[in-house]
Amino acid sequence: MRREFGDKIGRALESCGDTIVYVDAGRARAVLAWLKETPDQEYNYLTDITAVEYRDAELPMEVVYLLFSLRRKVQLCVKIALPKDGDLEVDSVVPLWQGANWLEREVFDMFGITFRDHPDLRRILMWETYSEGHPLRKDFPLRGRLSRSEQVRRALHANPEAHYSMEELSIAESFNDLPEDMRQRLAQGERDRIPELGGAPGDG
Amino acid sequence: MGVKPVDSAPGAGKTIVTQMSPNWITSRLDFLANWARANSLWPMPFGTACCAIEFMATAASRFDISRFGMERLGYSPRQADVLLCAGRLPFKLAPVIKRIYDQMPQPKWVISMGACASTGGIFDTYAMTQGIDTVVPVDVYVPGCPPRPEALLYGILLLHKKIRGETMVDKAIREEEILSRGGLRLPPEFVDEVSEPFGNSVHQTRSA
Repeated sequence: MRREFGDKIGRALESCGDTIVYVDAGRARAVLAWLKETPDQEYNYLTDITAVEYRDAELPMEVVYLLFSLRRKVQLCVKIALPKDGDLEVDSVVPLWQGANWLEREVFDMFGITFRDHPDLRRILMWETYSEGHPLRKDFPLRGRLSRSEQVRRALHANPEAHYSMEELSIAESFNDLPEDMRQRLAQGERDRIPELGGAPGDG
Repeated sequence: MGVKPVDSAPGAGKTIVTQMSPNWITSRLDFLANWARANSLWPMPFGTACCAIEFMATAASRFDISRFGMERLGYSPRQADVLLCAGRLPFKLAPVIKRIYDQMPQPKWVISMGACASTGGIFDTYAMTQGIDTVVPVDVYVPGCPPRPEALLYGILLLHKKIRGETMVDKAIREEEILSRGGLRLPPEFVDEVSEPFGNSVHQTRSA
């Protein structure tokens, strides 16, 4: 690997039986493509994508790719270190593995790391208009940023049907045959307007 | 009760009946209606977690809730009269359970099964409602983590008892809850107060 990419490969180590390789953020996709397609590497199965933020504020955040070679039965852990003061951005690997789509959406949702050229980078676990931040970041309070009543209020005015893209509903091609109100809801995308707090109870 | 004196009307001293008062006929009809309602409840299971497994055990032959008139589980809210929330309710499901509750026809009741549905349980986090009573009104809370089927059956019997005490004279118990303009069914201060951490979760505030 070092022969192929030289100084773009950072330190490599073995920890608890896992081989971990640090890769430069700019070249990560090329390295992962090389690992997937080179005959004697053949890491063709993407087990997971996740991210790590350490409690030590000095340490960078890491995006972690867990690869597995189905033929050679070996694992490899590829990490990209992202300094916290930089823009948290890496290249999407969806062109290499289609299954990375939702995994990258999850990392984006939970850690706020953006993936360049991702086809559909939206929140996946939290709803789309969730505004309290990225829950797995160390600066995120356990109970969220808003008061409980405000959280319930926002949640109650969510539109439960708006979490899906047209593709996920697989009705995109029949959009014009749908009833008018459903078309409007889909076109509107997210939820209804949240009413202002402070009205008299019972007159809604 | 139900009678208010009218002072300024002509013929002072008369009384005008403003609402139906309980009498022999209403109490007999209440008895009949409540007997029928209590013994033919159709639950709408809203199972989100491990409590739903206990609910399945309750519904299956060993514990058999059909002994208490719950022969049929109404998997459509429009054909059910007990919403049985078995498990935690994340914020993302709050509008869903609200919509299901709104779709159920009156008369309807809600059982909150388990610690998480009743209080948020161990999930005192950014993603979880701290009790489904912040979203829909609850009639019976069944404690436990998860409650055993006997506990759920006891909760259902308590609900029977509650239904037998209802009367058609009191119109307020059949009123639909409408969200206030503030967007909550309870005052915001009240929601904040019931969502306060208690017990062990007071000590898990390292990052909060």
